[in-house]
Amino acid sequence: MSFPWANHYAPKHPLMKWIDDRLPLPRLVYNAVGAGYPVPRNLNYFWNFGVLSGAALAIQIVTGIVLAMHYAANGLVAFDSVEHIMRDVNSGWMLRYAHANGASFFFIVVYLHIFRGLFYGSYKAPREMVWLLGLVIFLLMMATAFMGYVLPWGQMSFWGAKVITGLFGAIPVVGTPIQTWLLGGFAPDNAALNRFFSLHYLLPFVIAGVIILHIWALHIPGSSNPTGIDVKGPQDTVPFHPYYTAKDGFGLGVFLILYCAVLFFAPNAMGHPDNYIAANPLSTPAHIVPEWYFWPFYAILRAFTVDFILPAKLWGVIAMFGSIILLFFLPWLDKSPVRSGNYRPAFKKFFWLLVIDVLILGYCGGSPAEEPYVMISQLAAAYYFAHFLIILPIVSRMERPLPLPNSITEAVLEKHGNAAA
Amino acid sequence: MVRPIAFLAGLGFVFVLLFSLVTGAVAYISEPPAKTAEHEFHLHPKEVSFASDGPLGKFDRQQLQRGFQVYKEVCSACHSLHQVAFRDLKDLGFTDAEVKAIAKNWATEVPSINPETGEPATRKGTPADKIPAPYANEVAARAANNNALPPDLSLMAKARHDGGAYIYSLLTGYQDQPAELLKHFPDAKTPASLHYNPYFANLNLAMPPPLAADGQVTYADGTKSTVDQMAKDVSAFLIWTAEPKLEKRHATGIAVLGFLLIATILAYLSYRNIWAGIKH
Repeated sequence: MSFPWANHYAPKHPLMKWIDDRLPLPRLVYNAVGAGYPVPRNLNYFWNFGVLSGAALAIQIVTGIVLAMHYAANGLVAFDSVEHIMRDVNSGWMLRYAHANGASFFFIVVYLHIFRGLFYGSYKAPREMVWLLGLVIFLLMMATAFMGYVLPWGQMSFWGAKVITGLFGAIPVVGTPIQTWLLGGFAPDNAALNRFFSLHYLLPFVIAGVIILHIWALHIPGSSNPTGIDVKGPQDTVPFHPYYTAKDGFGLGVFLILYCAVLFFAPNAMGHPDNYIAANPLSTPAHIVPEWYFWPFYAILRAFTVDFILPAKLWGVIAMFGSIILLFFLPWLDKSPVRSGNYRPAFKKFFWLLVIDVLILGYCGGSPAEEPYVMISQLAAAYYFAHFLIILPIVSRMERPLPLPNSITEAVLEKHGNAAA
Repeated sequence: MVRPIAFLAGLGFVFVLLFSLVTGAVAYISEPPAKTAEHEFHLHPKEVSFASDGPLGKFDRQQLQRGFQVYKEVCSACHSLHQVAFRDLKDLGFTDAEVKAIAKNWATEVPSINPETGEPATRKGTPADKIPAPYANEVAARAANNNALPPDLSLMAKARHDGGAYIYSLLTGYQDQPAELLKHFPDAKTPASLHYNPYFANLNLAMPPPLAADGQVTYADGTKSTVDQMAKDVSAFLIWTAEPKLEKRHATGIAVLGFLLIATILAYLSYRNIWAGIKH
């Protein structure tokens, strides 16, 4: 599409030609994920996670649609309807565990996909739009996952919904009316459960739509690669099919093995036991925690403990949303012309510090709001903001990058230590 | 323009966070949080193993039947099991006739209406019924139990961390309050209506020890019914009520992983084959 040497679609079968002449859908697929899309030949396994995210979304949509056939979004029966799925629906236990753990694995692969982008500078020109659309997908995923977790109407569903919608209550003046409007009441109840179900069914299709834009935007400049340098000629690329379809097929197999190992042998390991207790507005759980994939953000929310001009809760809400919003500005915060972290010695150290920092935030977010976890999360949250807003802009100006290879092919041949192509 | 604004925003967040940190640290040092009896004396569940543990675990049907007997003769006086139907008991190895008899002879009848007058009534259970609850509603349950509500047990083994071991530990964990606890936390003395149990989150439990003496249940299969044995059996039974499809899940999982392993090896080989000769 983007490179002049890309293969052109030439239908072999008369039927395909007939279709292609009238609706060029075969051509579209060929150019998007077929032999018509030239991809750098040196991608490593971290480039598998885009396809794996798509696979995870597909798993979620398929299992979710079938679950919706058996689930009842009504506060009186929602909890029991989930147990009905677990006990009386044929293979219902498998569907539900596949969906619940599918959400976790969706986030695992998306987080790896995001950190891949962070390390290799995939957010930089000319791929800013790919990055921005990716963040939109991430936000939609978070909303979808949050509302999905409410649907079983267990204790964590209910209290999680109460805490998260309560965040809007921190907005000055209009906060409480907004919270009431979002919930359709003063506390999560049937109205909230119904609208969450409706939106939980809608948003995955919105995500699918934005994924199409994400891939479309990707195909304008083409895929990035571990060296971060631009494709110079045909020798630097291979057609997506069969080369990367084969590699993604292998990656998908590994992904499914890990996913199914958890699904079948530890299906509740990533959930919270309290969600097997039916929602009870009169009994607050000892520790309200969201699902693990929100823990880093939950830690940032709870790290603000002092009223400083603004109430502590409002600081927490601003910082939590800010921690994601700032990623939208990343292409303009990190101005280093070198993309790949492999050639940026200082950036590389700070990158790994960020990875450790986010893991620490996650650990603190899943722990009770007591010392030492609060103090640790305050330090870790401070580093998170400092990393993106202060350190990256400075590093990108000060750092002296390592010399870049002249071309992708040269880098590949150097790695293999000989000159035979 | 983005970078100066970001720089200021970054400084702002960092400042407020460090300010919170210092304030919190000062408060922590000047007034360390008081230790609580729960924090010091709560115990994690005992180590105990069940036949259903592990990726190849299967239920011990004899044990599940014994556990069911303990539930029926002891627990069911106060605790419901409302996710479980009598027909589900066939999984424990009972025959159709046995299940029918269990349903028919259950101590509590199933709520119904009089077909002539429409007045509320009760009728004998059938295999299709869920196991009837001992109390008509929450108010009745609380009224009969000193205002404590005996929880439904269907999902108990999944609703607590390490659920099976938790139930076993709780049932065998009743004891006198340690003198050490009373010395350090005189306010935490167990009230007269409650019972000390270090495996319970707040140490004091409304339920009196349900398994009080060896031989409380006479097992049909002749197993010696020590308190330990009964506690283990009923825990195993409640693991089953919480996850009745566990065996099917394990068996399916082995088959799925076997298939995926072969498919992934093939995918790897075809990947290597396609890429052969292309350095990357």
